[in-house]
Amino acid sequence: MSTATLAPAGRANVVANTLTIARRNLLHIRANPEQLVEMTVQPFMFLALFVYVFGGAIAGSSREYLQYALPGILVQGIAFTPFTTAIGLNVDFQRGLIDRFRSLPIARSAVISGRIVADGVRIVWSILIITGFGVLLGFRFGGGVAGALGALALVTAFGLTMCWFMAFIGITARTTESVNTWGFLIILPLTFASSAFAQPETMPGWLEAFVNVNPLTSVIDATRGLMLGGPVAEPVTESLIWLAVITAVFAPLAIARYRRRI
Amino acid sequence: MTGSHRNHQLDRLVDRGWVEVKPFRSKNTTRERGAGERPVSVGAHPDHAENGNSLALSQPRGKLGGDNERERETKVTISAIEAEGLVKTFGKVRALDGIDMVAREGTVFGLLGPNGAGKTTAIRVLSTLLRPDAGRASVGGYDVVRQPKQVRRLIGLTGQYAAVDELLSGHENLYMIGRLLGLRAPQARARAAELLEAFDLADAASKLAKAYSGGMRRRLDLAASLVGRPRFLYLDEPTTGLDPKSRLALWGMIRGLVADGATVLLTTQYLEEADRLADEIVVIDHGRVIAAGTPEQLKTRVGGQVLQARPADPSDLAATERILAAFAGGEDDIYTDGQLVTVTVDDRSALGQVVRRLDDAGIVVDDLSLRRPSLDEVFLAVTGHLTQDESEPDHDPQRSRT
Repeated sequence: MSTATLAPAGRANVVANTLTIARRNLLHIRANPEQLVEMTVQPFMFLALFVYVFGGAIAGSSREYLQYALPGILVQGIAFTPFTTAIGLNVDFQRGLIDRFRSLPIARSAVISGRIVADGVRIVWSILIITGFGVLLGFRFGGGVAGALGALALVTAFGLTMCWFMAFIGITARTTESVNTWGFLIILPLTFASSAFAQPETMPGWLEAFVNVNPLTSVIDATRGLMLGGPVAEPVTESLIWLAVITAVFAPLAIARYRRRI
Repeated sequence: MTGSHRNHQLDRLVDRGWVEVKPFRSKNTTRERGAGERPVSVGAHPDHAENGNSLALSQPRGKLGGDNERERETKVTISAIEAEGLVKTFGKVRALDGIDMVAREGTVFGLLGPNGAGKTTAIRVLSTLLRPDAGRASVGGYDVVRQPKQVRRLIGLTGQYAAVDELLSGHENLYMIGRLLGLRAPQARARAAELLEAFDLADAASKLAKAYSGGMRRRLDLAASLVGRPRFLYLDEPTTGLDPKSRLALWGMIRGLVADGATVLLTTQYLEEADRLADEIVVIDHGRVIAAGTPEQLKTRVGGQVLQARPADPSDLAATERILAAFAGGEDDIYTDGQLVTVTVDDRSALGQVVRRLDDAGIVVDDLSLRRPSLDEVFLAVTGHLTQDESEPDHDPQRSRT
């Protein structure tokens, strides 16, 4: 039998393999079109509810609150997008697909990186949707084109970082239910106990202390600064350090778990 | 009954040009057949009419024919898959407890054993998915621990559950594997179409796999493991959960692949399957090899003949047992299951004597037979229990079988 048609597994193939897996994951949206609705309608609902329900109470007017809250809601939305990474990897393990991939002469990292590239596409989509709705409701950029693009780049980088963390959760958890449980238990407090929806100064001291060390606060402050035209040097630096640290910890952990999980 | 299905299916595959009919050589014997006789071993006793023709799946045309045949004969002595003293423990469970085995190239090697015996663990070690704790194994000359990449280039794996992506169509599943294996897009598309046709899935090519029936998923799964034309094909309980018709079709496909020179490592709980397909068998239980050889050797090892009687009146059971026991080799050779008394006998004249004694005792039987032992009896003899009756918990911790 001829095996001559198989290309050697080199660096170029890692990229090709990653793209093949990414394409496969994006094709899944077609089988579950509700995913697209979820990715599109949900952020809009969230944005509208927060701004019009809490806006007046928190900031005096919903218009003013929109300016404050949009960057926070954007980061919060993107913090949840990588759940698809976790659930997807978990289901692939349970269905035996990972065994098939691992028995192929392909780069082992391609299965995870392909998943993350696909989720990168979802992340960019969600960012554009949330920001677009924000503009529609009256959000105005104060930081110029450079600031806006910088904010989008930073939030995308944040989303990809969260993908590594969620990949770790998805590979470690035995069932999709426990992926959901752990994911929500960790992500939900991180997004609310941050500067996303309210000024940390208004919170009790112990919570304010937590909010100030929460990596999401740095990312939200940096995004806010870039979008509105405020101070950016410190929060952007902090954010980049956090993202680098989280990736440096969870990417190797996720890959190690991936290799070892039976 | 089933034979006509197979014929029909085979004819269709031949008509489409994806399958060629040629003599099947690799099983233990080669018998001459009448001209025009169809290759149907289906439905017959395994000892009869085993070898006919076989399905040769979508090989490059130029490669078929005499060269291939000769090549296979010269390779027959090469050890394709070798394992020595494989040990793998999960916590306290020794899933593999020193497995030795040698599978020759171009044959079907059957790994037989009850649930939890270690079959799946062995397959996972040989496919580089698990590292053994001790021992060594090689596939096509490459070490599974030190040269996993080379091994992966040679193997195709079909696991216990159909590992297909349910949210992709059949074609997309195969196309994806082709691309991952480095085929260019047009080649990958062509290969996918070719395999879908060969596995009778062309009509469902663009349907999502989650809409497939169990048999269709299995076929798609097998097709996926064949995209790279692997030299070594691992089939982990490939027919579990399949209806008889799909099972027969899959057997035909497996024979065809072997006829093309592939080496198949097959695990199964179905003794009949091993008897039909395997050139050599290793029986494992509790992670150890407890018997090895060709199906014929294993049957000979049990020795003698099997005599079975079923009294028409259940109250005659004890008397029937007594009469048959007189011919049994020893205490262990008597086995009663429900109303059926089975003894292993060495004396070929036993049947006649048993008939007379039963008649003298006024016992009417529904069923009385003398035959060679089946692999079931071999299994019973070497493990002390039947596969089907396996009541132990599943030792393989790695899977929740669904």
